[in-house]
This record gives sequence, structure tokens and C-alpha cells, in this order.
Amino acid sequence: MNLLRVSGSPHVHTDNSVKKIMYGVVYAMVPAIMVSVYFFGLDAVRVIVLSVVACMLVEFLIQKYVLKTTITIWDGSAMITGILLAFNVPSNLPWWIIMIGAIVSIGVAKMSFGGLGKNMFNPALVGRVFLLISFPVQMTSWPIPVPIGGTALTDAITGPTPLGIMKEGLAAGKTVQDIMPDIPNYVQNLMTGFQGGSLGEVSAIALILGAIYMLIRKIITWHTPGAYIGSVVIFSGILWLVDPSQYVDPLFHLVTGGMMLGVFYMATDMVSSPMSAKGQLIFGAGAGILTILIRVFGAYPEGVSFAILIMNGFVPLIDRAFKPVRFGEMVKG
Amino acid sequence: MLKTFKLGGVHPAENKLTVDKSISVLPIPKIASIPFSQHLGAPAKVLVNRGDEVKVGQLIAKGEAFISANIHSSVSGKVQKIDNVVDTSGFRRPAVVIAVEGDEWAEGIDRSETINKEISLSQKEIIQKINEMGVVGLGGATFPSHVKLMVPEGKKAEVLIINGVECEPYLTSDHRLMLEKGEEMLVGVQILKIALGVNKAMIGIENNKPDAIKHLSELASQFEGIEVYGLKVKYPQGAEKQLIKALINREVPSGKLPIEVGAVVNNAGTAYAVYQAIQKNKPLIERVVTITGKSVKDPGNFMVRIGTPISELIEAAGGLPEDTGKVIGGGPMMGKALNSLEVPVVKGTSGILIMPDEEAGREEVLHCIRCGKCTHVCPMGLEPYLLEKVVMAEDWERTEKEKVMDCIECGSCHYTCPANRPLLDYIRLGKNKMGQIMRNRAKK
Repeated sequence: MNLLRVSGSPHVHTDNSVKKIMYGVVYAMVPAIMVSVYFFGLDAVRVIVLSVVACMLVEFLIQKYVLKTTITIWDGSAMITGILLAFNVPSNLPWWIIMIGAIVSIGVAKMSFGGLGKNMFNPALVGRVFLLISFPVQMTSWPIPVPIGGTALTDAITGPTPLGIMKEGLAAGKTVQDIMPDIPNYVQNLMTGFQGGSLGEVSAIALILGAIYMLIRKIITWHTPGAYIGSVVIFSGILWLVDPSQYVDPLFHLVTGGMMLGVFYMATDMVSSPMSAKGQLIFGAGAGILTILIRVFGAYPEGVSFAILIMNGFVPLIDRAFKPVRFGEMVKG
Repeated sequence: MLKTFKLGGVHPAENKLTVDKSISVLPIPKIASIPFSQHLGAPAKVLVNRGDEVKVGQLIAKGEAFISANIHSSVSGKVQKIDNVVDTSGFRRPAVVIAVEGDEWAEGIDRSETINKEISLSQKEIIQKINEMGVVGLGGATFPSHVKLMVPEGKKAEVLIINGVECEPYLTSDHRLMLEKGEEMLVGVQILKIALGVNKAMIGIENNKPDAIKHLSELASQFEGIEVYGLKVKYPQGAEKQLIKALINREVPSGKLPIEVGAVVNNAGTAYAVYQAIQKNKPLIERVVTITGKSVKDPGNFMVRIGTPISELIEAAGGLPEDTGKVIGGGPMMGKALNSLEVPVVKGTSGILIMPDEEAGREEVLHCIRCGKCTHVCPMGLEPYLLEKVVMAEDWERTEKEKVMDCIECGSCHYTCPANRPLLDYIRLGKNKMGQIMRNRAKK
């Protein structure tokens, strides 16, 4: 007879694993990938493939030659970073800028902190913000979406995002009502993704579809996205009620820019967000307020990336301050 | 809506393979090894010597300390030796080893099946008798029952809770006992009520045992002050504090006993043992044990004499499967992996689970990805990932502050961790160390 195994309890384990969680996120992004290909064509495919391969390659090289440790490129996390980085850049971005983005995302933001689980900041967002600051021109010339078999809204090749149009118009002294005709309408265009922008952020519907999948599979919980959306609606709603000619309505904020992408796919990143439900509510609410502050009063038209990164920095403090309810602390019934 | 506890919890695969197997009597072993320490607290003091003749039900070790319990012989024969044997703890500890001859019972034990419902003893006499008969909690913790029934001064028991939850996967010993010995068990509940001086008893049973809920509910209508409640299936509902929360929505404060909120919890099996002790004058010398596992040929539930080596139980279930990797005393969530097949069945052995080798190993441990699932499932509202970290860093001050001692070791965190982190291993280490620190502090 073989020797008996001896170990501490429990002796059974859920069939959930890090890999299953990570690939779950990848599957959730499939609808958004399809929409981006539909609107930006083969360019979208080029950017996504390049970015994913580059991220996995950088991780491989660092693990093999620098850290000399186990290779974990197939755990799905580098793939997620690759897809998210691609989602956060315009579809016409030159290949070498994508490479730099991958090196910063994986090399700086992830591996130098110790790899998956150890990074304080969301790797894809660090890469994106690095590129935005280093290559402002390439990072903000968004190709006009051309649906497969359809036609573009204008003849131009590139154009600003709805948020950019709004920011520029308001700066030029126009009112929201003056600017609105220049912006694609909500239901048919903004929600489905027929708008200028980075390739994965344009379609709120595709992103929400993936988010529902993640919620059902319990990869994410409602706390962070709920608080994020809630605080965006409340804060931008107050401004809008105060002066609808200077401040745009909450729905506009929700369906433009990287809002849905940030809310459901980047603020919910397990590694760089708080542990407790209470902490996640604070985290989401803070990111929401910061996003609107940057969008409305800041120099950039878009604030999701910065807002989430700033909140990432607060996570250790939030984790310390907001503990789960301990058993025995609730009132005697 | 069905009652349940609020914080955390998991739902591991139930695998109740032996749910339809009625309790059969396991033949008496040739050799019985009866450890002195089968309960929480001080070991009992041995009363017999090598060469002594003993009878079934004869007192062979006396629990003299306040928290201790009497031990009786479960067989008749000659004391072969008093020696250290490997028990369910994995350590060699003192036991009385008896070479079995026949099956001769001590006088005064009623072995008939007739159900005796008349309770003639007073509160004090009952507690005294339960002490004499060596009854301990049969749910697993094996806390001496008579101590539990003595309500400390200044406290008042309001309700008796009977634990028929059996939330551990695979185990069915309580389930079968409720179905087959329900009436005796309810008489035991009435006895426990008198001992505590309460007039209300609540029996909690998880909803995956509808036959037991139905059977006991029907029987309970013949008794006064016993109510049966179906509970939503959620592990670890059988944990004392969680069951109290589920049934009466009160939370036992950190570091306190259930009596703090007016409740006393006893296991369903214990209620049956109390019936035997009081009505039949029968000490705790046998118990129901589930022998189970996916590869086990003939899994079942057996009435087993205390001290029977588990190898005999395994033989009765069709022998040890080829692919055996682990043999567990208890269920898969809280049971202990055994290092020998000669370990004797003791009062706390509710089941023996044999796991195939392919399921018995542990997966590769990865970095924590901070998914928060451990925090989410912890029924005590602790943060297992954090406890692991502070224990690793040997930061004992923080370990204490993060309430490591509140951990009930249910294993939900480790079970649920997608990175396979051995969270409970570290938490146990922390509890151990904290225990030492607290004892040293008390000495000063």
C-alpha cells in the first residue's frame, strides 16, 4: 500500500482557480472586441494582437531572463493587460508605441512589483497614461469609425471624441445645447459604439454585456461599479441641475469616453482594488467623483484612467480603514 | 424564507453517498484500544491494570478534572496493556488496550429496544448521571456534556438548540440517527431541557434532509416545547455560533460562550447518547460512524464500539480501495487526515472518509490576487488573506488585533481560494502562537 497523505483541513477545494477567473475576464471582453473590429476594421485586430503578444512576450522575457522564475504567461493576466491596453488606445497607433506601452504596463507596473497579485496600480492603465503623456499627438488622433459595409459620419479620417468636442466647445464659450448637434445621438450611436474614441471603449452595450457575464460568474461584484456609476450620476447630475447650459447630463458622461470600460473592467481589477465590500464602495465613489472633476474642471477631456490610478494608490489605506463586519459586532437580535 | 446565518459561507459538493444506508452494527473487534483522552480537557485517570478483566460498560478511566469525562470499556475481556497508541490526533497517546473475550455486559444496563419516555430524575441527578456515563458532545468538538449543562452563575439559559445540521459533506451519521432513532432522540432532548431548566428546544436541520425534517416534525408534535426548523443549505451552519445566529438571530460575542446569548447547543447524536445514559443506564461506549468515499466499494453507516480500529470499519465497507490517497477522520472540511489505519474510533469520530489519491493532493500555490473571496466567505467576518500575511510576518500584535482567535477553523477560506493558498494552515499556526502568548500573559 502507498503511504497515506497527511495535511491540514480542508481536504476539498473549489474548482475555481486564478486561471479560470482571468480567462473569464478575457471572455467578457469578446463582445467589445467584436464591436471594435466592426467599427475600426483590421486596424483593431492589428492593435489587439500586437498588444497581447507584446505583453505576453515582455512577461516571458522578464520571467525567463531577469527573474529566472516560473513562466506564468498562460495564466491569462498578461492577456487581459494586453487587451485592456489595446482597448485604451486609438486603432491607428504605430506598432512601436504599442510595444512601449506593453513594456511599461508589464515591465514597470506589474513585474517590478513582483508580478500578478503584487502590483499596486492597474498595469494597463499605467501603460495607457504613460503613452498619453509621452505621445499626446498619436494618442489623441482617433480614427473616425467606419462600420463594416457602412459609411462614416464625416469625410475626415480622424476626429475628436464626443468628450473632446464638448470640452473644446465649452472652452470656446458655447453652451451644451449649441454643441449637442455636433455629437452623435445617444441611443443609436453612443450606446452601440458609433463614436470616435479608443478602440475598446466606444460601445457601452458590448461592455455592459461582458460585465453582466462577469457578475453572473461572480468574477466581479456590484460594489465597485455600482458606487462608481452612482457617484458619477449624482455628482454630474448636481452640476447639470445647477446649470444645464454649462454642464452636460449624467447619461452623456456614462456612455462616452472610457467610462464603461473603466467602471467594469479596470476599477474592478481585483489586485488593485480594495478587499472589503465597504472599501469597494468608497473606492468606486471616489473614482466617480475624481472622473467628473477631471472631465469638467481638468485639462484633459477624459478622466477615468487618472481617477482609477489615483484611487489605486489609496487602496492600502482603504483596506486598513474599512474592515468587514465581524461576527458578534452586529446588534443582538 | 428558510432560516440561515448571515455572514459568509460556502457550498461544497455534498456527496452524501450513504444517505440511504441504514445503520448496521459492526462486529465487535478482537482488540480494542480505548484512549484516555477522547474529549476536550484533561485526560481521564486510568483505573485498571494490566491483566484485569473488564466488562462492557465498566468504568476504566475517571475524569477527575473539572473539564474531563469518564471513559468506559466498550468490550469485555482482559486488559492486555496500557500503552501509547496513535489516535485520531496523529500522536501516540495513552490508551487501554483490551483483548476481547465474548460480550459480557456490566450489570444494570438496559439493552432492550423498548422506548422509555418517563423521565424520573431531577435536574441535578440528570447532570450527575450524564457526567457518570461519560457523555461528550458528539458533533466533533467532544466537549464534556455535563459541563455544558451547568449554567454559570449570573447567566440564564433560555433555549436549547439541537444541532441536526450535519453540514460536512459526505457524513450521514446524524441524518441516519435522526431517521432511525428519532423518538429516543426527542426523549433525550426533553431530558436536556430539564437539565438546563428551559422549556423550549429548537432542532435545526438543513434542507437537504427533508425526510429527517418531516420525521422529526411529526414526532415532535407528541412532545411539548420542541420545534423543528429546516435551514437553507450552507456550510458551516453546523458551527455553534452560526447555528445560533440562524435559529434565534443572536450573535455570540467574540471570545464568549453561547450561554452569553441564552443558548446552549447540543448535537443530535448527543441527545441520543443522553437518552441512552439516563433512560437505559448505558454509558457512551458506541456511536454511529459513516464510512464513505468515492472509491469505497460498500460505503455505509455503522454502530461502532469505541476503540475499534478503523481498519475493521474499512473492511466492513469492502476494504481499502486501490487508489486511496488519504484517510480522514471526520468530513472533508474539518476532518483530520489520519496517518495510520489502526487508529481507534473514539467518541468524536463521526465518519471515516477515504479519498482517492488524485483528489487528495494540493494544487500549486500562487500569489494572492486579492480577489477577496476568503473575506467574503468567512463566517466570522475575518480577513484570512490578512491573517496569513501577519502570521507569516510573525507580527503577533497585529495577529491578535485582527481577531485570529475568533477563527472557527471551518476551512471555507482555504476551500474557496483560487490561488490555492493554505490560509487555514497559517491561521492555525497563528492561533497556536497566540494561545502560547495568552497563557504566558495570564501567568504574569
